[in-house]
Amino acid sequence: MAKPLLEFTDKGIYCAQGKFYIDPWKPVDDAVITHAHADHAYWGHINYLAHHLSKEVLFYRLGEINLRTVEYGETVTKNGVHISMYPAGHVIGSAQIRVEYKGVVWVVSGDYKTDDDGISTPFEPVKCHHFISECTFGMPVYSWKPQAEIFTDVNNWWHTNVDNGVATVIVGYSLGKAQRILQNLDLSIGKVYTHGVIENTNEALRRNGVILNPTERITPESSKEEVRKGIILAPPSSVGTPWMRKFGPYSFGYCSGWMALRGAKRRRAADRGFIMSDHADWNGLVSAIDATGCECVYLTHGYTASFTRYLNEIGFNAREVHTLYGGEEEDAVVTENEEKQETSELPKQEKVLSFGEDLGEAKKEDAQ
Amino acid sequence: MKAFAQLFLSLDETNKTNEKVKVLKDYFTNVPDTDKMHMLALFTGRRPKRQINSTLIRNWAIEASNIPAWLFEESYHVVGDLAETMSLLIPESPGSSSKTLTEWIAEINNLADKSEEEKKLWLIESWAMLDRQERFVFNKLLTGSFRVGVSQNLVIKALADITGIDAPALTHRIMGSWMPEDYTYDQLVQEQNAADNISRPYPFFLAYPIQETSEKRKSAEDVGNALGDADEWQAEWKWDGIRAQMIKRGGEIFIWSRGEDLATEKFPELHPFLNALPDGTVLDGEILSFQNGLPMPFNVLQTRIGRKNLNKKVLADSPVATIVYDCLEYAGEDIRYKTQSERRVILEKLQQETAYPEVFNISSLIKFNSWEELESIREQSRAMIAEGIMLKRKSATYQVGRRRGDWWKWKIDPLSVDAVMIYAQKGHGRRADLYTDYTFAVWDGDKLVPFAKAYSGLTDAEINKVDYFVKRNTLEKFGPVRTVKPELVFEIGFEGINKSTRHKSGIALRFPRILRWRHDKPKEEADTLESLMALLGE
Repeated sequence: MAKPLLEFTDKGIYCAQGKFYIDPWKPVDDAVITHAHADHAYWGHINYLAHHLSKEVLFYRLGEINLRTVEYGETVTKNGVHISMYPAGHVIGSAQIRVEYKGVVWVVSGDYKTDDDGISTPFEPVKCHHFISECTFGMPVYSWKPQAEIFTDVNNWWHTNVDNGVATVIVGYSLGKAQRILQNLDLSIGKVYTHGVIENTNEALRRNGVILNPTERITPESSKEEVRKGIILAPPSSVGTPWMRKFGPYSFGYCSGWMALRGAKRRRAADRGFIMSDHADWNGLVSAIDATGCECVYLTHGYTASFTRYLNEIGFNAREVHTLYGGEEEDAVVTENEEKQETSELPKQEKVLSFGEDLGEAKKEDAQ
Repeated sequence: MKAFAQLFLSLDETNKTNEKVKVLKDYFTNVPDTDKMHMLALFTGRRPKRQINSTLIRNWAIEASNIPAWLFEESYHVVGDLAETMSLLIPESPGSSSKTLTEWIAEINNLADKSEEEKKLWLIESWAMLDRQERFVFNKLLTGSFRVGVSQNLVIKALADITGIDAPALTHRIMGSWMPEDYTYDQLVQEQNAADNISRPYPFFLAYPIQETSEKRKSAEDVGNALGDADEWQAEWKWDGIRAQMIKRGGEIFIWSRGEDLATEKFPELHPFLNALPDGTVLDGEILSFQNGLPMPFNVLQTRIGRKNLNKKVLADSPVATIVYDCLEYAGEDIRYKTQSERRVILEKLQQETAYPEVFNISSLIKFNSWEELESIREQSRAMIAEGIMLKRKSATYQVGRRRGDWWKWKIDPLSVDAVMIYAQKGHGRRADLYTDYTFAVWDGDKLVPFAKAYSGLTDAEINKVDYFVKRNTLEKFGPVRTVKPELVFEIGFEGINKSTRHKSGIALRFPRILRWRHDKPKEEADTLESLMALLGE
């Protein structure tokens, strides 16, 4: 049998015919990047290919890299392999990577959500033979409410805090959630103040031509009284730090899909948990996979074992694969932390993470 | 039910004590009196009788959610709470209901003599009338596991603010066996005396630990600095049994455990001595297994507690007696206001008069002249089958709940071993979907033998790191349990060790918990089964 067009290797997803990797986690010559989150866009590759809207954020996060950008639908050809990008709806500039060679089509979803958040280009299903999908929230207990409902809650909560004279801190990661929140706040209530990490990302996006609502960067000179009348947009890494405590008394809201479960919500000890995710919920995943019409679906990260089993039971041909994706919406330790490199938080990462060690899940799958 | 569901949601939405109290007060002021009493019952562990067994509820929930049974089970492991899992998986419906909490509980209680089919129909219709949050608390009512993130103290505080009755009095009035069907809000807030309900126990007075963890060891000097003159204190052994309050009133006897379970029938050996007490007597003490006049280790008593039927063999293998240390009511008078020394005199008098001195023991006072002397006496605790030493201020009244000041426990340091984590399982509640429950092993030759499970002792940050490790170092999965690569070493502390035929290792530990993560130790340097066995002899 011929070699599959895309393979799962210890460096990332690899196309041997085109000699490039998709979202590799070890340094390679040619990397195609789905989006700019740290668990997908690593430092150290020689050439990068990404969507145009990821450009400035990638420069900001990775420094001077050799980057070529394309628009959605535009095709790049490498050794006969056609590469094109389609919107993934995950964050601004996130793309699904479509790879075609001799009539066989593979699509790598990266991370995606099926609901339109009003700021990321909405997800577009792409017909393919092989679909490589995430399943961060691949359990039926996850089901998202319409965005308008969530933001009604957020804005009401903010309003109440202003009335009660307490500061409002809303937490979401700096690329994606932060801008989604920013664009959906009711700015008649007050001004939006940003943590430096988020403002840096906002500035990168603005350089990229993205139009965002006005924000004000918090500095040591910011007046506590003024800030209290507005809303503070902060990244997860700032929770519980002196930086955040100095705005007290405050009410602190956490925006994440994990807030759907009471236990997870209590664990994060947020005053308010808003169930808001940039990943597809259970129904979103199933419908997205169905819409590709694929012969085979590969699940890279999330609840891979049970989701794979379920898909097989309802008639898909699904397989679990091991990758290192799944960072930006995981637990506090693993949550993005741009001031302190994520890796330093995790002891012996090289050893812990080496590819193929999590054989438990794969083995179980083989046995079925 | 809407108000009750909202109460739950609001309590979940704040971590601040003052706000929780405010939320509780709002609830109390906005619902009918019968709802208040139902809420109070539920929040103090008095749940309605389970009318549908949970396997049936589960099966009907699986049917209603239209997913395979295995996926329901997997979801349950992710959520960590059955009621919540069901509320998330059953599709939302547009129905609604304005029934009160009282009405819902009455409906639940009416199910008692219904057929299975009728129960099912009722349940499916009920689910359709409730929104997600209501459905969650409704499922909690049905399945009975009612743990709320709010302490009884906060509920009492809210109620005290509203009624103007002081908290200790309210705490006392909600003790004992009452159900909201037979105890009204008016009765609760009216003047009362102890005789109104002859079975009602007093709230227990609980000691505060002198050293909260073994790392924070306190010397005799520290204790002296904190507690002052040794003369002002009485010391006793801290007995390792079941704390109990024993009541003789109106010719009847009642034995209450600390968890407010009525345990009178569990300890028939104590009945003769209690029946012989004068009416209007309440004693506080410890129930222990005794042999030849000496207390036996807790595990002997533990095997007996687990039994449903107390047959002759059980009674012969593990006969119980009491070591009493306080008297709360004498001649029908609540004497908790008297000093420790005065109550002690009364207790000694009662004990001298008993015809059952082998069952009615009294906790002897430890003679000591200085804190240094007491510190060295404390070293003998294990030999005394005691957990350490209790210190009680001679001038102290008998108070309500756990408070600093007059009663202190000075426990012995735990035993400890270094062990390797080999299995991990996801936790529940706050720890749902995180690997927090670990099994530990020690070396037996070149094999690792599991010997203990422990759930607590790590910080949240450490738990996150262990969880990260587990997810990336799984060797095998058995249902919810993962076998992990043996690598992480932890120091495990425990209070006691006993032989066990039920465990692979041949030993069972009492209160095992994680003392700390030994980042400095490679797995090869963990302890051996031999070294654990050596502790058995002590």
